[in-house]
Amino acid sequence: MAQGADLGEYRPLTYFQLMEISLRELLVEKGVVSEQAIGDAVADMRARAPERGAKLVARAWVDPGYRERLLENGTRACEELGLEVPALRLVVVENTPALHNVIVCTLCSCYPRTLLGIPPEWYKSRNYRSRVVREPRAVLAEFGTRIPESVQIRVHDSTADMRYLVLPMRPAGTGGWSEERLAALVTRDCMIGVALPRQG
Amino acid sequence: MPPVAAPGGAAPRAQYPTGHPSLAARFAPGQRVRVRKAAPLGHVRTPWYVRGCSGAIERLCGAFPNPEELAQQRSGLPAQPLYRVRFLQRELWPDYRGRPEDTLEVEIFQHWLEPEAGP
Repeated sequence: MAQGADLGEYRPLTYFQLMEISLRELLVEKGVVSEQAIGDAVADMRARAPERGAKLVARAWVDPGYRERLLENGTRACEELGLEVPALRLVVVENTPALHNVIVCTLCSCYPRTLLGIPPEWYKSRNYRSRVVREPRAVLAEFGTRIPESVQIRVHDSTADMRYLVLPMRPAGTGGWSEERLAALVTRDCMIGVALPRQG
Repeated sequence: MPPVAAPGGAAPRAQYPTGHPSLAARFAPGQRVRVRKAAPLGHVRTPWYVRGCSGAIERLCGAFPNPEELAQQRSGLPAQPLYRVRFLQRELWPDYRGRPEDTLEVEIFQHWLEPEAGP
């Protein structure tokens, strides 16, 4: 065996992995779905990334009319930028100097996947879900986000048919920046509300 | 955000109207409501921590098939009006340590809401 070859470490499948494989194979065997359709859906999911959400934010920062339309009807505002968002009913919540918003789904892991892609592990963790609703400031501080006492915090628990996106505040010192350059400041975590966009 | 209308006015406007046959919306933005304190079995989308708590209607989202019925393979129709309800954190968590004005908003279906009882 070649010196240093990384063969990985043997790990038995977990319960959920086994369930997923069994169910998928059964569905394919019974002709309910094809391997191809599953592969396409997975590729589709992986292809969606937070850059889609960042595009909305950057446009709202440079175009006050767009910002209004985004807050009024987030889904239509996505379509206006040519983003396909099937079945998404988007509620955009805006941070202001007096208000900071943060998103959670305490019941499961509802998340605007068509705009932000696959949610991070922590978003689905019991720790985040159970704590951010009752001690948001402490949880945000663990992300390195310190919200001043003078700012009100509003937690959005995404429990049913809406999906949420935080519209962060545009950082100071970005006057005259292009939309592309602005969008690069907008991370996934900024749009969940656990981080703030930073310049440089 | 849609404008907050005074309670008792015309039927509130939904942010995302759907074509489902639906029940009429009973509540308008700004109206005080209480979440029913109930513990039915099944697939319920009303978090435990808001049951029995009072808040204010923030907006009418639209009318959507009842998830408790959908989970039983039924149609969930007529669709239930769905609201965003705003709560004060200090009223949800007696030991809440943040600012007294901090809030939390949750989507709640109409059949889980009742008008807040008078004093």
